[in-house]
Amino acid sequence: MIRTQLVLRVNNQQHEVWVRNDRTLLDVLHDDLGMPDVRYGCAEGVCGTCTVLMDGDPVSACTVYAVQAEGHEVVTLRGWSDPQEEAHPLQKCFLARGASQCGFCTAGMLLTAATLAERNPDATREEIRHELVGNLCRCTGYQAIVDAVEDYLHLPAEQTAETGGAQ
Amino acid sequence: MTTVEPGTTPDTIEPPEAPTKFDPDADSGPLERERNLRIVGQSPAHHDFVNKVRGTLLYAADWSLPGMVHAKLVRSDVAPARIVSIDTSAAERLEGVVAVLTAADVPHNAIVEHASGGLGELTIDQPVLAFDQVRYVGEPVAVVAANDPETAAEAADLVEIVYESLPGVYSPEDALADGAPLVHDEGNVLVNWHLDRGDVDAAFAEADVVIDNTYRSQHAEHAYLETEAGVGWLENDVVTLRISTQVIEHAVEIAAILGLPQSQVRVIASYMGGGFGGKEDMTVEPYIALLVWRTRRPVRMIWSRQESILASTKRHPFTMHYRTAATKEGKILAVDADIVGDSGAYPCLSARVLFAGAALSTGPYKVPVVRIRSRAVFTNNVPTSAFRGFGAMQVVFGYESQMDALAAELGLSPEEVRDRNHIEKGDILSGGEPLTTAVAVRETRSIALEMLGEPSHPSGPNKAVGRGFGSSMQPYGRSIWFRDNASAWLTLQADGTLLIRSGVTDLGAGQAASLCQIASEILGVPLADISVYIGDTALNPPAGGTFATRQLYMSGNAILRAARKLRDQLTPVAAKELGVPEDGVVWRDGMVRTDDGDTGLSLAELVRAATDAMVDTSVLHTWRARTGGFDPKVGQGHTYPDYTFGTHAAEVEVDLETGEVRLLKYAACHDVGRAINPVRVEGQIIGGAAQGIGYALMEDCVAEEGHPLSSLFADYLIPTSMDLPDIKVAFVESGEGRGPLNARGVGEPPIGPPAATIASAVEAAIGIRPKQLPITSERVLALLDQRSGQQTQNGERP
Repeated sequence: MIRTQLVLRVNNQQHEVWVRNDRTLLDVLHDDLGMPDVRYGCAEGVCGTCTVLMDGDPVSACTVYAVQAEGHEVVTLRGWSDPQEEAHPLQKCFLARGASQCGFCTAGMLLTAATLAERNPDATREEIRHELVGNLCRCTGYQAIVDAVEDYLHLPAEQTAETGGAQ
Repeated sequence: MTTVEPGTTPDTIEPPEAPTKFDPDADSGPLERERNLRIVGQSPAHHDFVNKVRGTLLYAADWSLPGMVHAKLVRSDVAPARIVSIDTSAAERLEGVVAVLTAADVPHNAIVEHASGGLGELTIDQPVLAFDQVRYVGEPVAVVAANDPETAAEAADLVEIVYESLPGVYSPEDALADGAPLVHDEGNVLVNWHLDRGDVDAAFAEADVVIDNTYRSQHAEHAYLETEAGVGWLENDVVTLRISTQVIEHAVEIAAILGLPQSQVRVIASYMGGGFGGKEDMTVEPYIALLVWRTRRPVRMIWSRQESILASTKRHPFTMHYRTAATKEGKILAVDADIVGDSGAYPCLSARVLFAGAALSTGPYKVPVVRIRSRAVFTNNVPTSAFRGFGAMQVVFGYESQMDALAAELGLSPEEVRDRNHIEKGDILSGGEPLTTAVAVRETRSIALEMLGEPSHPSGPNKAVGRGFGSSMQPYGRSIWFRDNASAWLTLQADGTLLIRSGVTDLGAGQAASLCQIASEILGVPLADISVYIGDTALNPPAGGTFATRQLYMSGNAILRAARKLRDQLTPVAAKELGVPEDGVVWRDGMVRTDDGDTGLSLAELVRAATDAMVDTSVLHTWRARTGGFDPKVGQGHTYPDYTFGTHAAEVEVDLETGEVRLLKYAACHDVGRAINPVRVEGQIIGGAAQGIGYALMEDCVAEEGHPLSSLFADYLIPTSMDLPDIKVAFVESGEGRGPLNARGVGEPPIGPPAATIASAVEAAIGIRPKQLPITSERVLALLDQRSGQQTQNGERP
């Protein structure tokens, strides 16, 4: 299998990697760069557990070859909100609502919800549900997640200030 | 009459004990001094929540070690078939391949599951790697390890297996037929349970009405988002596995497979990305262990989603034939039920699942006379095993459908017919034992129905709206003859922080967090000062696995007792230091102090005083569940320690042209005894209802002669955020659970009622009862055709 040398920009850092061309962005982020907040769920682009932001848009990292990600700005949950810093207000809403049970979908849910909040800060419950359709959750029945996103959208503006590296 | 299969090992077991009165103190209720709860009943965000929301939790697949190799299974693509030959040479020659193992490389190639505890169950070996034949599509035949996952996958494709096809059976009906091909030489019936009470024929002879129906359910996939995964390595010559598993106690079986003493296998459970019963049997463990032992290198195995859908265990499809005899007043005289579960190709936990199906087959109703039979039948389908609800959930669709049919037959309301039959505290269950805790099922029903609010109107012509409800009864805790126990170990550290060590595994439902909350309640240690170490066979006292809604009940009780013991052990030290009587010492806010707060010690000071006084600051406690016996020959005995009751209610709109069922409203209410953490309880109820709604309306592992047609996540549909309405939730706190501080388990119960509830709502909308799950558009259209056929026959206009 042909290998390629790549420079990936992930979470505001340059990473030089030498990868097989059939390796997905998910494989490289999780296995080669050691980023456990990007998770394998299906490799079909269905479940959303490997969601990352690519140039600010949520994408399933399993549907992108690593070689295709060169030249793009990739952000994972931990780049969007650094665990060394205070939690993002959206994360606090998730905590207050118990919007995470097993937690496997949570990183993807947060990133998808965060981009929704930027694009459509007045989203209705229906619109939130519509936006989250590509992120499966088997534990919560989605309700606490929708509640948390709604809570976040209804926070006073000064409390929703962006942190981290959302593009 | 004996229905125990030949060749099995029925045991004689002591008869049921006399009825016991529920005693909340003896049964884990709060002591006088604990009545004013401060931490229990709150919903703090624990360590697990925080790590998940920050993206810092390391799941099973997130572990990586130097020199680690990647493992991949070679699975059969036909079944049943005789294995003629296996050629591994091409795979072995591939650059980067480290090992290719087949059955010949497995020291003891047999997993023997006696899920019933040995009662009337065939003894069947399940090979770790198939050797003479394969019995289902997806059965592991070989395992490879390579330096990277891509090479492992390539090598797996290079293993050449020649099969010779054998005749198969793909439904229990076919497997039970005379002359059917045998899945195992020992026979096609794994276990044949029966419950017998009273004279069934006499009861049916004197009945005014008999309701006779057959209900069918489907194979369902757990679909946890984290597939089966783990990493293993060798440390001090101990095979050490860090696995996504509900049951670290499989270490014993892994040792047996490897032919090692149990002291040489250690299993650590990572926090799971969901389990729901699907990680209760072993998954990746034996393969990782074999490769670690063989290669002496760290090994990782992650099942692909497609493997998980293909070959992980599934929920048992049940065929349930119910006959219910009743008086014209609607009083049930007897139930005669025959339940058949498709066990697939190997036993796994089928014997226990089918026992639960039998024991709970009459639901929360008083049925004086029963003849219940339940059989687990082998087929050449994928093995079935534990899945949230565990047999007790499939039968809800049966017994609630029968109640609605009885109501319709007698012209009574569905509520009225249930009110005339509801079980109450002190009544005898079908299994023969008395029920000794509160039954708040009526309260849960009236709350659930009220939460539905005003009825909706159809959104257009050719739409029909209907409402229905379903109640259920789900055990928590293991079958009672297993003499269940769980241990917990508490240590107060020098700085006053608390360590909890427990062998509990955490599926994501807060199993570890609830232990912290209970310990914090009793010892007054702030949650931030508690660390909990779980899921390690080497470093934790055993807790017995997380399944059967047993961990709050078992480990919660263990931690409650351990915390009280630690408190009682150290209170004299505190009293002496403070110069007050022992009953004047309270444990609160990280201190031992007088009630008025005038004088006190920090816990760090208390530990220093205890050290000086040579009093231990550590407690290891084992808690034992109540026990009893079951006699499989007589078909009577003790079954489960206790039950959780609840009711769901739904409003649906059916599109009469497309058959589509849209859920407009949904409400769920359960008696949880006491809510330890209300946000988590609500999360369990909504999440369980959501899984049950998927089961009711869409989920189905369709197979053709054992070949699955749904092999992708894209075609095994689970509910998305768009498929569910907002679910209204309430809980009753009857204060009569047998869990810590009178909690009842709530993990499994909420998945029980949805199918019956939705079937009942659909029936209200279209006038005919769905009797087969899932209730897809195609099936609804078929029912509508059936209805118009009946109307035409009766001279009505279609």
